[in-house]
Amino acid sequence: MSIGQAEVAYISRLSAIQVNPSEVDEVAHKLSNILELFSQLQAANTQGVEPMAHPLDQMQRLRADVVTETNQRQKFQAIAPSAQDGLYLVPQVIE
Amino acid sequence: MHTLTLKQMSQKLHSGEITSVQLTQHYLDRISAFDPTLNAFISVTPELALSMAADADKKLAAGQGEFLTGIPVAHKDIFCTDGVKTSCASKMLDNFIAPYNAHVVELLNQIGMPILGKTNMDEFAMGSSSESSYYGPTLNPWDHQAVPGGSSGGAAAVIAAGLAPLATGTDTGGSIRQPAAFCGITGIKPTYGAVSRFGIIAYASSFDQAGPMTRSAEDAAWLLSAMAGFDARDSTSLERPKDDYTTQLNQSLNGLKVGVPAEYFGEGLDPAVETQVKNAIAEIEKLGAQIVTVHLPNKDLAVPAYYVLAPAEASSNLSRFDGVRYGYRAKDPVDLQDLYRRSRAEGFGAEVKRRIMVGAYALSAGYYDAYYVKAQQLRRMVSDDFKRAFEQCDVIMGPVAPTPAFNLGEKTDDPTSMYLADLYTIPVNLAGLPAMSIPAGFVQGRPVGLHLVGPYFSESKLLNIAHQYQQVTDWHTKMPAQYK
Repeated sequence: MSIGQAEVAYISRLSAIQVNPSEVDEVAHKLSNILELFSQLQAANTQGVEPMAHPLDQMQRLRADVVTETNQRQKFQAIAPSAQDGLYLVPQVIE
Repeated sequence: MHTLTLKQMSQKLHSGEITSVQLTQHYLDRISAFDPTLNAFISVTPELALSMAADADKKLAAGQGEFLTGIPVAHKDIFCTDGVKTSCASKMLDNFIAPYNAHVVELLNQIGMPILGKTNMDEFAMGSSSESSYYGPTLNPWDHQAVPGGSSGGAAAVIAAGLAPLATGTDTGGSIRQPAAFCGITGIKPTYGAVSRFGIIAYASSFDQAGPMTRSAEDAAWLLSAMAGFDARDSTSLERPKDDYTTQLNQSLNGLKVGVPAEYFGEGLDPAVETQVKNAIAEIEKLGAQIVTVHLPNKDLAVPAYYVLAPAEASSNLSRFDGVRYGYRAKDPVDLQDLYRRSRAEGFGAEVKRRIMVGAYALSAGYYDAYYVKAQQLRRMVSDDFKRAFEQCDVIMGPVAPTPAFNLGEKTDDPTSMYLADLYTIPVNLAGLPAMSIPAGFVQGRPVGLHLVGPYFSESKLLNIAHQYQQVTDWHTKMPAQYK
């Protein structure tokens, strides 16, 4: 399967990663090669095979719905790119 | 001191013949001398290491030391270490000082194992050569023209060059075993869920598994015993009694049934590697094992299945790197979307971006069934292949990688060719099985590994087989001449 410029733009939006115009062709080429690898999957007969999500085929263990973490907001915000008054700062979202 | 076995080291520490401070300083000196060339460490932490070593010495003097107390360790830079840079080899986390310890780090700290530093790796553990690091590639100590393998290439190089006696690694598609093979050391990927993933920066959650990288199987048994065990903070951690993997290291191999998959010895396998691997299997046969041929018919579909599933999980796991709460943020974003898109474009390297994009695409409307569900079905088929094989044998043996370590730069422009370096290791991760790589010879001066794969929770058996093999061979004791 070959990827074109429109698909690269779509994938860029899906993954929230900017692709510069100068990189589009190379990204398209490498993604096309990877999708070519995936095409081998289509040849396999998987009819009636149950998809396997967990490598040991187990259900995920659930914990009690209670707070276990201590509040470490200050510690975590100390490593934020931009924080003020206990809030993470981002560009203005609402006009 | 760096040529001592772990047992000898521990005895000398407990008898007071050497101190942990002396031992730690010895490794720090070797790191200073050799790492500027090897680039196997991202961060070296001498002050932390010596302070932890001094504490370990107090513990030893008070008679409270455990077997591993005072023995220094290097952690792959994917393990969060409180107060120490934890970059995952990415520009995205170049400024990230972890605010807590991974469970594995906590366990080893409690024993009193000084942290020498954080080892180099492929960015976010994505890669098979340790060339995709933001901090530059690590060199293979056996041949500086060769890659050390990936993604735990720094850890493997550190052990091979004697810059640390022990190291932690992680294995998502072969990232402990393939670099162990390329660098001539011993590495084991335990059963999925045997070692807590808490505090390990996630790449593909249903595959990632931590394990030890050491010189010998005996050393691996000691470190794995310290690393493994249930952790309530990791929802994938298995609730079972803690194992001591050192207690089964003296079992005879008489009657052991070794399955050799016919599909592992065909097109694509370097004939010289094949010879070394078959020689190693013959050696194990001499120790009393019986060789049987088994079949793993879906082996070739494991690689495409993995490269759908792992990137799909990565696209979700790595969505947390958005430039808002920690890590890299692009300068002067015009709006929130611009902040996300540019922070991720500038902070991630090429391979990481590629896998996030592939994963997002595989999960998108219209492709979910064709790619993701299909790959999950293949995952079950590969897992069932192993189940059938283990009805005929106790353990499977074969190559770890189709070639010895390849040259630096050889595969960097061709991602799909790089993916095939994990051809033999990936099926094991799809099935969540334990597996290890042990040194089994050389091809043109570059090491070759023997791959041992067992059923769930057979780590003790694998370690014993490896230990028995290492009693009658000396591949695991060899060191590159310039690092002796």
